[in-house]
Amino acid sequence: MAFNHKHLIDIREYSADDIMLLLETAQRFKQINERRIKKVPTLKGFTVVNMFNEPSTRTRSSFEIAEKRLSCDVLNFGGSSTSSVKGESLTDTVETLCSYKIDMIVVRDKHAGVPRKIADTVDAHVIDAGDGKHQHPTQALLDLYSIWQQFGHIEGLRVGIVGDISHSRVCGSLIPSLKTLGAHVTIIAPPTLIPLNPEVLGVDEVSLKLDEVLPSLDVVYMLRIQRERLEGAPFPSLREYHMLFGLTKERDALMKPEAIICHPGPINRGVELDSYMADNPARSVILDQVYAGVLVRMAALYLLLGGNEQ
Amino acid sequence: MSLLLKNVLAIDGQIDLHEVLDIRIKDDLIAEVGKGLSEDGCEVRDLSGCIATPGFVDIHVHLREPGYEYKEDIESGTRAAAHGGMVAVCSMPNTNPVTDSASVIEFILRRSREAGHCRVLPSGACTKGLKGEILAEMGDMARHGAVAFTDDGRGVQDASMMRRVMEYASQFDCPVMSHCQDESLVGAGQINEGKVSTLLGLAGWPAQGEEIQISRDIELCRLTGCQYHVQHVTTARGMELIRQAKANGLPVTCEVTPHHLFLDETDIDDSYNTFLKVNPPLRSKEDASALIDAVVDGTVDALVTDHAPHADFEKDLEFEEAPFGMTGIETSLALYITNLIKPGVITWERLVELLAINPRKILHQPPVMLKPGYPADITITDPDIVWTVTKEEFESKSCNSGFIGCELTGRARDVYVGGIATLLDGAVTELGKGVDA
Repeated sequence: MAFNHKHLIDIREYSADDIMLLLETAQRFKQINERRIKKVPTLKGFTVVNMFNEPSTRTRSSFEIAEKRLSCDVLNFGGSSTSSVKGESLTDTVETLCSYKIDMIVVRDKHAGVPRKIADTVDAHVIDAGDGKHQHPTQALLDLYSIWQQFGHIEGLRVGIVGDISHSRVCGSLIPSLKTLGAHVTIIAPPTLIPLNPEVLGVDEVSLKLDEVLPSLDVVYMLRIQRERLEGAPFPSLREYHMLFGLTKERDALMKPEAIICHPGPINRGVELDSYMADNPARSVILDQVYAGVLVRMAALYLLLGGNEQ
Repeated sequence: MSLLLKNVLAIDGQIDLHEVLDIRIKDDLIAEVGKGLSEDGCEVRDLSGCIATPGFVDIHVHLREPGYEYKEDIESGTRAAAHGGMVAVCSMPNTNPVTDSASVIEFILRRSREAGHCRVLPSGACTKGLKGEILAEMGDMARHGAVAFTDDGRGVQDASMMRRVMEYASQFDCPVMSHCQDESLVGAGQINEGKVSTLLGLAGWPAQGEEIQISRDIELCRLTGCQYHVQHVTTARGMELIRQAKANGLPVTCEVTPHHLFLDETDIDDSYNTFLKVNPPLRSKEDASALIDAVVDGTVDALVTDHAPHADFEKDLEFEEAPFGMTGIETSLALYITNLIKPGVITWERLVELLAINPRKILHQPPVMLKPGYPADITITDPDIVWTVTKEEFESKSCNSGFIGCELTGRARDVYVGGIATLLDGAVTELGKGVDA
């Protein structure tokens, strides 16, 4: 199947076939990760820079593991953005990096639009590892992979996304890609956490009442409450948030028997969900999502760097 | 020796003039206007196909001097103004030091006399340091040549402070011009709050952040009687508030910019072009179309550019880190001709009102008419020339225009300030340097 992407920046540029190719490739990489020696020479000789200008533990380590299992040479480059102490501009930084003849930049930045700006500036492949409140496409891919593994399909599923939609880069990628694959998307949040015109992301329905929507959902996607991004207190307390929008043991009874729980991590236990739900083996796929992160990132690296052409 | 402008279509609604004739300029004044004037002893310029109007004035321009000469200075900014067809500009006070004292007003006027290519009418700050805390010495500034007061770029946040500003300013012959932005609502807003901000993950700058202050200031205008001018109006609702205030007989005027008229939020896409980051932001298509309606129906008093030069390295940043503002003074006339005159949205008479008659009225400047005895401040426009906006052609030190690459129709050909040509055949003249002396 043809895969004609140089970058993974805007998931909306990926067709259903493109996304399914990524997920199927991820599935093939699963067997490598089950072996005793979890490394293949597939991308030997390619140099990938992980440019994380914002603190990140999970995404960065997931990328690094994916890169190393494919035998890429990896350079971790952090902390430099325009607002940093040294004052070098983003353009100058990436032009400097590219003078080392690197092949790919995986970038995380607190500013929306940085991955596109890098792609417009230099010749390297670019993967967006999260830009401001804009997008986080590999997070969406690992979510889609986890959902697909559970149900065997994504089309027709009813997905509810609960929480801070306004400040979520996860939503910026997850909602459009769920729509591309034919799912039905409801967002559930207090009005203070819903952006204007959520329909532009592809949202089918907006609900303010978790209990009303919960019985219809196949996938309950709990967004992390990012305490550091909640200036101006959009709700009175974590306690009240948990009461109105938390996935509690009591709410378990409202859910479909086969419904699953996703969360991009890290979890705030007692806020988005309680421990009973987070650790519920029948429902929670949260750790499967973490594993899927390595698989889809391997798939993205492989396809973008043209591994399938060799 | 006098200068004879021959066969030019002279348009000036103040004296019901709209015909092809000749204009004789002697020294700094218009000496004679009529058909078939004698060429004896005159330098003659045949301007067939061109339009002569009272010289255009842009009352919202950031010249950046003192303090930010790397972005623009009085010489380059006024060269750009001449290039765009302007005979005068009103400079904004967010310089460094802030133009909040008579000494900075004096400095600007001195630099203008030395190096200016058009008249410079400086505005002063309403409050010291643009901080909104203490009144600036408006009386002293007015005495030294300030023509208006504004805290442009921020606006006065506290309502009682704004009341004091308007009350105090009303004793001088100067308007209070207001940048309307409620900081508590706007916060770190980057672009209009709506579809595009949601899609691009950028913090929203809601229309209400502007409208609430317009509404507040109109009520303070009712209370104080101060002559009040709303700068760069961007929303349909804001414009409606002004329309109502005018209908109530309040001394309220307003301005709009070409970028808010001819661009909208949907021009901002995932290329995150920082040249389109302006304050207030580009609004919805509906807002832009309501602004055009207001240009047509008379609610808008003046067209201005909010010419806001920034260095290339300042704009070549992450969208959220880049400063607000775009340049405009070299493209505005062509944009009005292309988008308003050519499609028949407004007449030349209305354009002259918006660019020449009303701006002078707002700033209490004496009128300029195409009539003997008046100062020879004249803009000659070639209305049919077709050209493409390129970075290389700007006289400004900066090139952060949102219209680069656009094909436009019409352009200033010659500009006379007090009888001296500051622009000839589209080129800024060296003779024009220090024209305001």
